[in-house]
Amino acid sequence: MSPRDARPEEPAAAVGSVEVVQSVEPETAAPAAPARPGTHFHISRRKQGDPKPHFQNFEIEVEPGATVLDALLQIRRRHDPSLVVRHSCMHAACGTCGVRINGREALACDTKLATLPTHKPIKVEPLANQRPVADLATDMVDFYARLDAAAMPLLRASETAGGATPPENIKAFARFENCIECGLCLSACPIARTNHDYIGPAALAAAARVVEEPRRHDLGPVLALAAEPDSVWRCRDAIECTAVCPSSVDPARALLTLRRHVAANGARRFLARR
Amino acid sequence: MTTNDRPGDGGRPEPAPTEKVRPPRPKRARSSAVARSVAAAASIAAPEPVAPPAPAPHVLIIGGGGTGGALAHDLALRGLRVTLVERGEVTSGSTGKHHGLLHSGARYATTDRAAAIDCITENKILRRICPGSFEENDGLFVALTDEDVEFEKQFVEACWLCAVPTKRLGREAALRMEPGLNPNLRFAYQVPDATMDAMRVPLRFMATARRNGADIRPFTEVVAVTMTGRTVSGVRVRDHAAGRDYEIGADIVVNAAGPWAARVASLAGVNVPVVASPGVLVAVRGRHVNMVVNRLHAPGDGDIVLPQRLRTVVGTSSWIADDPDELAVRAADVELIVRESAALVPAVARAEVTATWSAARPLVQAPVPAARKRVATRREAATAPAAPAPAGAGRGLARDLRCFDHATDATPTEGFVTIAGGKATTLRAMAEAAADVVCSKLGLALPCRTTDIVLLPHSAWYSA
Repeated sequence: MSPRDARPEEPAAAVGSVEVVQSVEPETAAPAAPARPGTHFHISRRKQGDPKPHFQNFEIEVEPGATVLDALLQIRRRHDPSLVVRHSCMHAACGTCGVRINGREALACDTKLATLPTHKPIKVEPLANQRPVADLATDMVDFYARLDAAAMPLLRASETAGGATPPENIKAFARFENCIECGLCLSACPIARTNHDYIGPAALAAAARVVEEPRRHDLGPVLALAAEPDSVWRCRDAIECTAVCPSSVDPARALLTLRRHVAANGARRFLARR
Repeated sequence: MTTNDRPGDGGRPEPAPTEKVRPPRPKRARSSAVARSVAAAASIAAPEPVAPPAPAPHVLIIGGGGTGGALAHDLALRGLRVTLVERGEVTSGSTGKHHGLLHSGARYATTDRAAAIDCITENKILRRICPGSFEENDGLFVALTDEDVEFEKQFVEACWLCAVPTKRLGREAALRMEPGLNPNLRFAYQVPDATMDAMRVPLRFMATARRNGADIRPFTEVVAVTMTGRTVSGVRVRDHAAGRDYEIGADIVVNAAGPWAARVASLAGVNVPVVASPGVLVAVRGRHVNMVVNRLHAPGDGDIVLPQRLRTVVGTSSWIADDPDELAVRAADVELIVRESAALVPAVARAEVTATWSAARPLVQAPVPAARKRVATRREAATAPAAPAPAGAGRGLARDLRCFDHATDATPTEGFVTIAGGKATTLRAMAEAAADVVCSKLGLALPCRTTDIVLLPHSAWYSA
């Protein structure tokens, strides 16, 4: 059990505050120690208008090498077409299928069933710290508001800055940032759990990358944002963000970098005023 | 007008019993920075739709992939009322699963000249209207064997005929540009391929469409097509997020369900000759190339290698599936694809396979009528008369992308159009072809405006 799980319940509006209501279907009840290939799933269900989520159990036979997303889609096709789950690319590029698997944030398409413990059902829940849509889907609107508030638009613009391709310099046009905007870090962040104004790991990582490689951008607004109260100084170094990131962005280290820049910038401005 | 319309509202989609598709968002104090960002996102200038005829006809699109999204954008710009329904998340069908290649057309130049011309035309348009969505790293066609070398002349001539620019690179120059290549290569051709996020480009179309008034509803599955005689009057949908069914009336229903097009059409008792033609794709860990690497030969299995951030995607294969929902990932295909692509980029063979999946192409199995083969110029298409034109007219595309007006079927069905075939690169052209058919069926002379209007960023799709 991670330290996150021991934290106080968040407000009822957030989907992370799942108060478990066991609603075990009779035919799949009591999956004590299932043996594969019959794999047991314990899936959070919530339709719009439901006051709180409940869990539903499924037992399915999966192909060897199947991922959690393969299993969820198989459940949707063959058992319950009403299961709402977000997905798109199937190979950890689009960042759409983030969920919590056995309490841990992960991309469903990037989590092979063979890597999960077999002695208990696989628990699948929606991401925390985001508004629920239904079942396993959450609305990414708050996540994107944070990214846009930070420097992500500058980062995206700079990826292809320069236009045409000079052959000798082809690597300069490699994608600048690796964030796939999946929201796992925001879901895993213990600060975001209790402080909804905290700008969060992905956004601060984006800001840090802009500050590290300015590419002619004006850093003033980015550093000002980072210096705000619910920004770099709010983090308590739990490093959950880096632990769950599926794309090696390392927001925790980026945040430390950003702190250095913010402090230096603050000192410079203080001295300039004197 | 449709059976479900309230008087005088011009084909407005029937509101769901509870008005909002999503529950009201909880009020929550925002940090000033976040609030500023939301305000800024809301102020991004969206292109103005043309003045709609009053009351504007209502078009319902089935399928939230690239084609459906681009069609919603096109029709919204023409001033029509648009509702799009998608049974899952948007782009969760074939659209999101493709390799993420913006084709230059070179791949098709030798086998399907018209498709190649479409690709290079749309390649240029998409770079213009989706700035920032592509890694403009270009592509290479690499010759490895004597057979590949013999293919050179045919390839270069075909690319020249299709106006696909090529540049010949010697072995050393090709390896300097792309060190991951097989060092035994003979030579390579550089072409304007690019890579993209398979999801984000369609999201830009959808975000812009929604800003212009289109109503896009994910997790909403069509369970029936409502008809009056042989005229389609709307659809009955199941909202999986809310767990209820309701009806939506429409003047025209467009089936943009890709490989599911035949299944959707059967709900209206219409046959559409579209089958699912899946291919296997493989992602491996590590960014082993920066460019799109193709084999210099006729299109085959396992001859594309391209970068997607820190991974490399290789593909693909091809067969015909009975059910687009049940696509096997054939182990033999995975093996073949890895082996073939490792001949181009040796590091692929040693890399950890992180994902294997299948994506279904919507393959149209119908002969192209001679009358539709003519390629109209863009000027002709823009000034097309309002009089009903035959299906597939307008730009006169055809070949692998087809628009069927089912009013011209042997058993005519009015108010129902299917757009099928095509490629991710040609999503905008497919939308233009379908929108032209829709407008001519409605007797409206509204020009397509999607070639020059820059789309909102994909993040605007997620704005409040």
